[in-house]
Amino acid sequence: MSEALIKVEGLKKYFPVGGILFTKGWVKAVDNISFEIRKGETLGLVGESGCGKTTTGKLILRLLKPTAGKIYFDGEDVTKLRGKALKEFRRQANIVFQDPYSSLDPRMTVFNIIMEPVRIHKIHVDDPEEFVIKLLYEVGLNETHLYRYPHEFSGGQRQRIAIARTLALRPKFMVLDEPTSALDVSVQAQILNLLKDLQRKYELTYLFISHNLGVVKYMSDRIAVMYLGKLVELAPAKKLFESPLHPYTKALLSSIPIPDPELAKSKERIRVSGEPPSPINPPPGCRFHPRCPHTTERCRREEPVLKEVEKDHFVACWLYA
Amino acid sequence: MSDGEGRKPLIEVKNLYVYFYTYAGIVKAIEDVSFTIYRGETFCLVGETGCGKTVVSRTLTNIVPPPGRIVKGKVLYHRDGEVINILDLPESKLREIRGKEIAYIIQDPSAALDPLYVVGYQIAETMVDHGTVKDEKEGFARAIKLLREVLIPDPESRAKAYPHELSGGMRQRVVISMGLSNEPQLLIADEPTSYLDVTVQAQVLDLLRELKKRKGLTVLLITHDMGVVAEMCERVAVLYAGNIVEVAPVDELFKRPRHPYTVGLLRAVPNPLTEIEKLESIPGTVPNLINPPPGCRFHPRCPHTTERCRREKPPLVRVGPSHYVRCWLYAEKGGGEA
Repeated sequence: MSEALIKVEGLKKYFPVGGILFTKGWVKAVDNISFEIRKGETLGLVGESGCGKTTTGKLILRLLKPTAGKIYFDGEDVTKLRGKALKEFRRQANIVFQDPYSSLDPRMTVFNIIMEPVRIHKIHVDDPEEFVIKLLYEVGLNETHLYRYPHEFSGGQRQRIAIARTLALRPKFMVLDEPTSALDVSVQAQILNLLKDLQRKYELTYLFISHNLGVVKYMSDRIAVMYLGKLVELAPAKKLFESPLHPYTKALLSSIPIPDPELAKSKERIRVSGEPPSPINPPPGCRFHPRCPHTTERCRREEPVLKEVEKDHFVACWLYA
Repeated sequence: MSDGEGRKPLIEVKNLYVYFYTYAGIVKAIEDVSFTIYRGETFCLVGETGCGKTVVSRTLTNIVPPPGRIVKGKVLYHRDGEVINILDLPESKLREIRGKEIAYIIQDPSAALDPLYVVGYQIAETMVDHGTVKDEKEGFARAIKLLREVLIPDPESRAKAYPHELSGGMRQRVVISMGLSNEPQLLIADEPTSYLDVTVQAQVLDLLRELKKRKGLTVLLITHDMGVVAEMCERVAVLYAGNIVEVAPVDELFKRPRHPYTVGLLRAVPNPLTEIEKLESIPGTVPNLINPPPGCRFHPRCPHTTERCRREKPPLVRVGPSHYVRCWLYAEKGGGEA
């Protein structure tokens, strides 16, 4: 496998909560996670709402400042970047947001939406119109859409515009934050395929954030599972689905409704009770222990670390330590 | 659709038309929709955003919100031996049916609960209003029993909790217990789990399945998730742009989908248990229902479009036992009109 484009080490992000004068506590949105994203791959990041997926994505792009930890992009520490170097980083690493209804300015034409980042980064293009038209074709739109406004487009088309806007900067890395969860299934497949085609063509590296496991499996080379601010498992996509190790991953996988009645009947059901606890005061020890069917004394006291148990398969659980 | 194999119909929707009169024009949200829900089954309406799933469910108790209006059609309710058309009933009679004989579980449990009252009181209120219990005190005691039935731990104290003190999954359980409180003939669950996380969704679906089995409920489940359909339903109707395009038993639908839209939809959903090289997608987007395409509403996106599809609307025809399709590909091969 190729070398790492992004390397995250001991990343933490705590948000203060409540209190007028003093903070009452901290939401440990991301708590000491480490992983790498290799050149040209798609790393899927899955987890339930509030587990810190989006925060992780934003931290990597430095849209948020981490509480602690290091992020290396092409060998350079992103957390220390300033001025010109930071701007250049922002050109190379980009994001596509979940909701294409709020990520496009309703008062700008498609042409201006796509040209804005190009102007900000002072990238010279000979013929802006031709440049934008080429990008529009790239994402499955055409020149008739050039001077229209976002409200004239459907959700899927808007997401295409948002993708064209990020492509305009010729990025190396893109964070795709639930890019299809606001879209209907028939349109979702179009966008997923578009993203895959673009990745091949421009050798892009993706961090694909989603709560939809079917979609993540389709898109990713490797998948990282998050629970309450922690990485619990990281493995190649196929392996994760065939032989998940962490009890949470197992429960997550067997909770997905399978779009096939026969498979659905035969599938083994592992259920966990309860719901994810609040990240303000996460349980001590392993954060999953109150819901886990295999809890031991040790799980309640000590926190397991992410360990490589097989080649390329990492898991944070005392069962395998 | 009369091949019910001896099953008794509970609700029959016949040639329903619902239009929304907006400033931009008339939105033809539902056109010519007919289906039957039999007693004791889980019937599923599946379709994408804006296809009219929720509007159909609301016609069952005549609560289509303005500017929507039911233009034409019948909703026949089989109530112990007699058959009544719900759309002909006066408001006072409808009130007796809503929430008692036909109950709803809506998508967003936070919107379904009043933040100012404890949940036990809210459940009691539904029962008092419909005369199931004589006063609130008895209602509250019953509410605790109901909360236990939907597997809420420590129901005595949870009944005294306000909605904000409960998690999303707990709230949805409260809403379910409220729906069940008057022992309805039909429970309409409109995307009951789409606000919940997968592990919690699985718990709530298990609960619904269990309750259905134990109480012999009839359920109308509305969803956009093919996975939920496969796990929960016995018969499915696929809705596209205000038309039913296919009705079939669930195994049949997944094994032998006939309508090009259903085929496309099933291929577009990534199944996490299988290897997928390339997802197939349906080109284009859902049409605007102010000016729906003439003929078959799916024709601009269909791979098999012919001249006829552009001009004439296909009828719903029978292609197998309890399997109906609205498509010219099958209409010509005979198989009588439904």
